[in-house]
Amino acid sequence: MEKIAMKKKFRIKKSKPNRSFGGDLGINFILIFFGLFMAFPLVYAINSAFKPLDEIFIYPPRLFVRNPTMNNFQDLLVIMGKSWVPFTRYLFNTVFITSLGTAGHLLIASMGAYVLAKYEFPGGKAFFNLVVVALMFSGYVTAIPNYLLMSKIGWVDTYWAIIVPSFASPMGLFLMKQYMEGVPDVLIEAAKIDGAKEWRIFSRIVLPVVKPAWLTLMIFSVQGLWNTRASNFIYSEELKTLPYALQQILAGGIARAGVGSAVSLVMMTVPIAVFIIAESNILETMASSGIKD
Amino acid sequence: MSVLKSYIQIKKRNASISWKIAKKSKTYYLFLAPYATLFFLFYVVPVVVSVFLSFTYYNVLEPAEFIGFQNYINLILADDVFLIAVKNTFLIAVITGPIGYLAAFLFAWFINELPRYLKAFAVVIFYAPTISGQVYLIWSIIFSGDAYGYINAFLLNLGIINEPVLWLTNPQYMLTVVIIVTLWMSLGTGFLAFVAGLQGIDQSQYEAGYIDGIKNRWQELWYITLPNMKPMLLFGAVMTITQSFGVADVPMALTGFPSTDYATQTVVTHLIDYGSVRFEMGYAAAIATILFITMILCNKVIQAFLRRVGT
Repeated sequence: MEKIAMKKKFRIKKSKPNRSFGGDLGINFILIFFGLFMAFPLVYAINSAFKPLDEIFIYPPRLFVRNPTMNNFQDLLVIMGKSWVPFTRYLFNTVFITSLGTAGHLLIASMGAYVLAKYEFPGGKAFFNLVVVALMFSGYVTAIPNYLLMSKIGWVDTYWAIIVPSFASPMGLFLMKQYMEGVPDVLIEAAKIDGAKEWRIFSRIVLPVVKPAWLTLMIFSVQGLWNTRASNFIYSEELKTLPYALQQILAGGIARAGVGSAVSLVMMTVPIAVFIIAESNILETMASSGIKD
Repeated sequence: MSVLKSYIQIKKRNASISWKIAKKSKTYYLFLAPYATLFFLFYVVPVVVSVFLSFTYYNVLEPAEFIGFQNYINLILADDVFLIAVKNTFLIAVITGPIGYLAAFLFAWFINELPRYLKAFAVVIFYAPTISGQVYLIWSIIFSGDAYGYINAFLLNLGIINEPVLWLTNPQYMLTVVIIVTLWMSLGTGFLAFVAGLQGIDQSQYEAGYIDGIKNRWQELWYITLPNMKPMLLFGAVMTITQSFGVADVPMALTGFPSTDYATQTVVTHLIDYGSVRFEMGYAAAIATILFITMILCNKVIQAFLRRVGT
């Protein structure tokens, strides 16, 4: 009797009934090992942002900071305060481009993806194949045709040159379409029988079901747009983006190394915050449509 | 003659049928229209123009001059560096592509087994190299050629080497370093898509699986998880192809541009060299077109392979 009680007490709870204990252990070991390897840049970036200048160039190099200081951030503030265009303007530019670009992309790409994934109509398949193929053309070459196009439309040196093309990024449509294929047809048919119009089905039924997909897409889009330098299209100082402005600070060379690491930490915070919020929402959704085919 | 006639008739009928269906599917076209318009304007038109430019001599200042296949002929017969670039790109793609793809899936799958809060934490850690932007630049400090580099300092301290190794400028090591860093960054887009995809699998299928006698995690993976993940696996594969054939930022940032003896020249760095340094846009466009065709072929092969998953 006692033995059984002991056994129960010390038994590690298995996540699922058909998992071997050894397998769980091995997997956790692998995850920890590679996790340390992967976490390295974050640890490094955070530590060096707080390093005083002499510790940055210490020999032998050290990963962890010894005397943490806020000097780098103070220097950054001083430099930002001296800039000709108020620094909040750069911040506004990037926030504006990122939020509008992401919102538009999510809406337009998921609308297209919905009909491509769930309905058959002439040209649909061919169009989708074209989108996948377009992913594979190197962006470096299309830069010049793109520039010519923008100058024809008159969008050079405006936000639109960055925002509008980002609406139609092929990766977003591809991701949404792939994910929407998993939405059960019964769900849509049931809504149709209840008399729902396409737009209603799309916005009220399909979008909530594919929440993990559009949150993931939001992460990609924010990450991309937030780091856009846009140096191809934007020349006016007051329209320049934050990464562009910060890059100008870094051009100060080795004396700015401390400020540089503060800059990279500041630039990282927004995408990481968006990422953490979105990802914890993704992991909360438990897929159970309640419908069995 | 009659064969041709009936062929045309069938085609005509098919066309009229699809026209009728198309008229019925007006709503669908409306849904697709905003995306399609922007996509054609900002993605298809530039690609078509680039492919056209690949048959011309175009230095951006003077109007493009049509020269037929001359760019392609020069590329294959006269450009030794291009052959090095092709070799390096294939080596990088063949190593980092499959490993990165498998790793992305395996880690996503392993993490999916963790309890909820740990799961969120693990996803953040594993995505860190991608989310932190240009943070791969720290590898240039780690592999730095002087005694200040982390690896050199470490090896010197242990007495394994007597003098610093020039990891980033000695052609013997450069490609290896680039491959390691690329692998480290390869848990990007595909990984997150897999995490989302695993989240979308109906849990009741697993419960049904226990009852039907699925014995271990590998059977569950093959019979339930993978078939459900097929669309995401395809997405991951395409993203892996574009990433592993498009490696350019890492070698340029770490080993310099151009690199010593072109030891880490890839097809895309070659393209950037001609496109934005020498301004031979026609030639650069020819390189892009060749890369484009290679990637499409590679995609076809992988799609055929993925169709057999879970069967």
